[in-house]
Amino acid sequence: MDFNDSPEEAEFRTEAATWLKNNVPSEQELADMNPMQQGKYWQNKKSAAGWACIRWPKEYGGRGADAIQQVILNQEEAKVNAPNTGMFSIGQGMAAPTMMTWATDEQKQRYLPKLASGEEIWCQLFSEPAGGSDLAALRTKAVRDGDDWIINGQKIWTSGAQYSDWGILVLRTDPNVPKHQGLSYFFIEMNSPGIEIKPIKQISGTSGFNEVYFTDVRISDSQRLGEIGQGWQVAITTLMNERASIGGGGGAAGFKTAMELAQKIEIDDEPAIKNKSVRAQLANWYVQEAGLKYTGYRSMTALSKGEIPGPENSIGKLVGAPKTQDLASFAIDLMEQAGVMWSPGNDDFDNLFQSTYMSIPGLRIAGGTDEIMANIIAERVLGLPQDVRLDKGIPFTDVPTSSK
Amino acid sequence: MNFEFGDEQNMLREQARGFLQDNCSMKVVREALESGQPFNPDLWKKVAEMGWTSTVIPEAYDGLGLSYLELSVIADELGRSVAPLPFSSSVYLATEAILLYGSESQKQNWLPRLASGDAIGTFALTESMGAPTPKKLQTSGPNEVSGNKIAVPDGDIADFAIVVCRSENGDGASLSIVDLTQDSVTAETVSTIDPSRSHATLSFKAATGEPLGEDGAGWTAAQNIMNRAAVLFAWEQTGGSDAALEMAKEYALGRYAFGRPIAGYQAIKHKLANMYVKNTLARSNCYYGAWALNTNAPELPIAAASARVAGIQAYYFASKENIQTHGGMGFTWEFDCQFHYRRSKLLSVTIGSEAMWQDKLITAIETDAA
Repeated sequence: MDFNDSPEEAEFRTEAATWLKNNVPSEQELADMNPMQQGKYWQNKKSAAGWACIRWPKEYGGRGADAIQQVILNQEEAKVNAPNTGMFSIGQGMAAPTMMTWATDEQKQRYLPKLASGEEIWCQLFSEPAGGSDLAALRTKAVRDGDDWIINGQKIWTSGAQYSDWGILVLRTDPNVPKHQGLSYFFIEMNSPGIEIKPIKQISGTSGFNEVYFTDVRISDSQRLGEIGQGWQVAITTLMNERASIGGGGGAAGFKTAMELAQKIEIDDEPAIKNKSVRAQLANWYVQEAGLKYTGYRSMTALSKGEIPGPENSIGKLVGAPKTQDLASFAIDLMEQAGVMWSPGNDDFDNLFQSTYMSIPGLRIAGGTDEIMANIIAERVLGLPQDVRLDKGIPFTDVPTSSK
Repeated sequence: MNFEFGDEQNMLREQARGFLQDNCSMKVVREALESGQPFNPDLWKKVAEMGWTSTVIPEAYDGLGLSYLELSVIADELGRSVAPLPFSSSVYLATEAILLYGSESQKQNWLPRLASGDAIGTFALTESMGAPTPKKLQTSGPNEVSGNKIAVPDGDIADFAIVVCRSENGDGASLSIVDLTQDSVTAETVSTIDPSRSHATLSFKAATGEPLGEDGAGWTAAQNIMNRAAVLFAWEQTGGSDAALEMAKEYALGRYAFGRPIAGYQAIKHKLANMYVKNTLARSNCYYGAWALNTNAPELPIAAASARVAGIQAYYFASKENIQTHGGMGFTWEFDCQFHYRRSKLLSVTIGSEAMWQDKLITAIETDAA
C-alpha cells in the first residue's frame, strides 16, 4: 500500500505538470477577457496542444489517454491557477459520451472536436416541471412532420442554456405507449426559432438555471440519437456520466474553513475550538471528508490497475452535500447573532458560510436528490428491490399525474 | 497509487473468512454468551496455530514478522465474526506495548509466548467511571503494584497485564508488566453488556511488577499504544458493521409485509443505504489507518483517530439499525442481532469513547498544523 505513481504515471504527471506550468495563462494574458472568454481561451489552448478531453480518441480532439491519466491531469491542473472551464463540463462530460455511443461517425466528426476545443458549448434539456426524479415522466412532445419534428413544451433546471450553442434533449414522441417506451433523444441548436430561455431566480438570489420553453420548434430527424422510442436507453448513457461529473463539494466551505472559524470565534471568552462540542462536530466532518478522499484513492487504485472502480464512490454526493449544509449551518451558529449578516466585509471568510448555506440546498437536489441517491445505492449496490410503481405497463396518457 | 490490499493479503482474507465461518459461526458466539465461560479456549488455540497471534511479532521472537496490513485483514474478519476471543487485548494492546517499549529481555520473555498464544496479555487502565487521566490514577507502581483496575477486558483470563500506574514524574504515569497469576493479584469477573468477551476487576496488593519503558513517560506510552490499537479496533468495527448490514439485508429480502419484501420499502432501503455509506467511510478511513500504522507515518495520530471515530459510528449505527430492520424478532434472545449490538458498544468504549477520539483527532490536527 502506497500513494506513489507507477513509473508510467509519474512520467505522465511530469509531462502534464510541465506543460501546465509553461502554458497556464498569465494575468496579463487574461486581462481584457470576461470569465467566459477566459475559459474559452484556456480550453482552446489546451485543445491545440492535445491536453483537452484527453480520454477521447485523437480523431475527435483527445489523446487516447486512460482514466488514471485523466485523474492525474485533473490533479495537476488544480494546482495551477487556470481559468474556470466549468461551462464546458456538461458538453464534454455528458453530451460527448452520449455522442460517442450513439452518434454517427459524421456527427462525431462534426461535433466532438468543437466540444473539446471549447468552440461550442452544450447544455442538457432533460428535467421538466413534471419530470424531476421521475425523469421519464417528461411531457415535452415531438410530433413528426415529414423529415422534421415539431416540439412543444417546457424544460427546467437547464444550467447554461443562455450561453449554450447546442442542447441534448429527451422528448415524448409517443404518449400512447408506456412511459419509458415513448421517448426519443435529440440534440438541438439553441438559437432555433421558438426557443425561449428564462432565468430562474434561486433562493440564493443568483440564477444558475433556466426554464426553456419550446413553441413549435422545428428539428430535423437527423438530429436524433438512437432509434425512435429508444430515448430512455440513450438518456441512461448521459445520466451515468452526470453522476460522475457532479461532485460533492459545493464551494470551499469544509472542515478547514470551519476549523479556522472555530479558532477565531470565541465561546465564553475562549476560542470556540476549545469547546468540546465544537471539537466533536469538526471531527465528524473531518472524518467524512477523509473517508471520501480515501474512497477516491481506492477508486483511483482500481483505475490505475486498469480495473473498473467498485460501487463505493457512489456515496460522494450523498455524504458531501448534507455535510456541507450542516457545516455551513453550524458555522453561522458559531457566529451567533452576527451570523445573520450576509454583506461584504462582514467576516474574514467573504461570507462563505452564508453563501454556502443559501446555495447548498440545490446540491442536495441536482443530479439526483439525496433520496434518489440512497435508492440507487440500495438498488444497484445492495441489490434491494425497486420501489413499487403504478406507471408500469400502461400507456403514458393513463398514468396519474399531479394535475389529474 | 496503490491504495489497496495486495494478493497475499487478499489470500489471507479468504483463508481467514473460511476458517472463521467453519470455526466461529454465530453458534460459537452464542455458546460463549450462554455458557458463562469467559472465552473459547479451543478457538483461541486454533487461531494461534494459524499464526494470527504472531502476525507482526518479528521472527527473532518466534513470530511471523508480517505487516500491519495482514493484521488489519485479520482484525476485519474477526470483527465480522464477533469472535469471542481476547485477541484485541492480547494482540493489539499487550503485544504492541511490549514491541514498542519492552527491553530486550522483556521481549524475549513475553513475545514468543504471545506469539504462540500460550500467554494472553491485556491492558489495564480504567479505575473509575469516566475518562481516565493521569490525575485520576490511584494505582501505584511500577515495581510494586497496588490498586484496583475495573472493567479490564479479558482480565480474568489474561496471564499478564500492562498496568498503567501513577507516577510522581514526567507525564504522571508509568507502565508495569504484572503477572496476573501471582497470589497478590485477584481477578473478579464482572457482568457486562457483552458476555461473549469477559471482563474483570483486578485488585493488586503489593504485586510484583516489571517497569515497561521510562518512569514518568507512561501516559504518553499508553497514548501511543492506543493510537496503534485504534486502527485495529476500527478494523474490527468495520468488519462488524459490514456483517450487520449483510444480516439486515438478508432479513429484509426474506421478510414479507403488506404483500412484498420489506427490502422494497424506502424506509428500509434508505436505512440500509445509510449503513452502506457509514461503512464505506469507515472502511476507507481504516485503509488510511492501516497505511499509517504499517509505515509508522507521522500522520498516525490523525489516521488512527479518524478510523476509530468512523468505526465507532458505523458499527453503532449498523448494529442498532440491524435490530430495527428485524423488528420484534431482532429484539429476541433467539436471534443473532444482539451480538453485534453488544459488541459494537463494547468496542466503542474500549480504549476510549467516540467523544474522546473526536477530541484526540482535533488535537492531532492542531498539533500537525503547529
